[in-house]
Amino acid sequence: MSAAPTTPPRTPSKSWTVKVREKGVEALPPERLLPDGQPTYVASWIYVFGVASIASLIVIIGSGSILALKGPAWWHETGVGHFFNSIHMWSVELFFFVMVVHLWGKYWMASWRGGRGRVWVTGAITFLVAVPAALTGYVSQQNFDAQWISTQAKDAMNSVGVGSFFNLTNFGQMYSYHILLLPIAVVALVSLHVLLVRRNGVVPPFEIDSRKAALASAATSPGAGGAPPPSPPSPSQTSTGGQS
Amino acid sequence: MSFLRPKDETKPWKGSYAPYDLVKELCIAVGVIALLAVLLTVLFSSPDDKPSTIAQWSHELPADFATTAALELNGTSDIAEYGPPYNHSSASVQHFLLLHPQRWLGVSHPINTAEDYVVKPLETIPNDPALRSAVAEYKAAPEKQKKEWSEAYAKPLVEYSEAVEEKKTPPSAVSVDQSTGAVTVKASGAGPVPAMMTALQSLAQSGGLEGGLVSSSQFFQTDYTKPLLFMADGGLLGERAEQQHLLGDQWGLMNETGSYPGQPWLWLYALWYQVEPMKSSPNADIQVLLIMGLLSTLFICIPFLPIINRIPRKIPIYKLIWKEHYRDLPDV
Repeated sequence: MSAAPTTPPRTPSKSWTVKVREKGVEALPPERLLPDGQPTYVASWIYVFGVASIASLIVIIGSGSILALKGPAWWHETGVGHFFNSIHMWSVELFFFVMVVHLWGKYWMASWRGGRGRVWVTGAITFLVAVPAALTGYVSQQNFDAQWISTQAKDAMNSVGVGSFFNLTNFGQMYSYHILLLPIAVVALVSLHVLLVRRNGVVPPFEIDSRKAALASAATSPGAGGAPPPSPPSPSQTSTGGQS
Repeated sequence: MSFLRPKDETKPWKGSYAPYDLVKELCIAVGVIALLAVLLTVLFSSPDDKPSTIAQWSHELPADFATTAALELNGTSDIAEYGPPYNHSSASVQHFLLLHPQRWLGVSHPINTAEDYVVKPLETIPNDPALRSAVAEYKAAPEKQKKEWSEAYAKPLVEYSEAVEEKKTPPSAVSVDQSTGAVTVKASGAGPVPAMMTALQSLAQSGGLEGGLVSSSQFFQTDYTKPLLFMADGGLLGERAEQQHLLGDQWGLMNETGSYPGQPWLWLYALWYQVEPMKSSPNADIQVLLIMGLLSTLFICIPFLPIINRIPRKIPIYKLIWKEHYRDLPDV
């Protein structure tokens, strides 16, 4: 006769795992991480460019992964390879285009308001890190563009000493930067940016004047509009924002 | 601090919410972007101009190749006189005020142009006793003698290149057979150098020099620094680049071959090279990078910059963005 199954002992509260989990859930409860509602002011096409930036990054990584699977010479030798290289290139162009529109949109919304400074900072750094990510792609192409860009851009890198560890004429090093180190940095920054957006929510509109704001608040107070009740909230009512 | 961080009156949203499906939106966005990328691919493809080779260079521009190789041997080419990270020269070392990062980081990719671009590749050529003897004679000579020989050989070639560039009658000491790519230099006092350079030209035209420049103690190679810098010292890459509008004064920094967008996000970086004092400064690169470093820092810090962070409130573009929100506010 076997012994009765016993429940596993409760993890002690000093467990690092428990602490990380509790901190994570506290900072971003599931209904805030993936809300099913948006503040009603999130109703402009400008909001599309944040999610379009993420979508472009996904297409870049997808097409780049196919190119990486087949190796750096494949796209020069086959039509299919050239097709995927073209998709990779155009998705990069789209990525920068939608990201720049997104940044301008966020600037004119002053989207750092309400304690959202870190959201802006992570977004701006993402843009700046994406630039060398693209540059290393250009010098990893193994064609005339790569020859010319690497031999010209080296002087700028050398002038500030960066060339000693970021050698644009070293294909192996640039390829490593392009398909591993810089994409990891971009994805990490985008992830942090999105998590901060989810945590802080989309910045609300400027209040045109206090009276209008007061009227708006009165019009949308519980019973008059649909504001989220304090507790227990339903997912559709507790969202603090939408797209980045 | 209140000057840096003006009072932020933004309050958490207390208004209403509308149903929204973020995951569905992301999936649709990925689909749309992927479709756009495919559409642009079908319409425009992407550029892939074949790389230049040293063999092509030595065939198409034999005098340019010979001149470049002579300057590499002579130690007066751009790379030979560059400075860190390639050698201890100083011609291309830049600084800004007391900042000398190029010198501080030192020589990390050492290149001895005479050894790496001429002598070592020649030593890989087998079964040529005359060449072996010439190389041995060159290597055994004192530095001063080496300099005299290589200068005696390089001088008529440089004069030839200048005459061709200025569309003048080239000196008779140099004759070039464009059909075979053979370059003959009548240089007295050049010792074994003519024999060495003729062999180097033949090695280059056979395609053997590319391999000779990337080989080292490793079997697998991924570092093309030496052959790329050797080619950049010559005229072929620049000639092709000019045809493709890729030179610095053609805003080439952000262009690529063909009629493709290139890297338009570098427009501000490229702009600084077009204006004085950077345009004519020997320290243009470090000046431009420092400017861009400063601007990038300011860009990151926009939320905390006085005036800049108030502009969006003063210029009511936000009323366009949130026009539905403001329209729905009750009239007062």
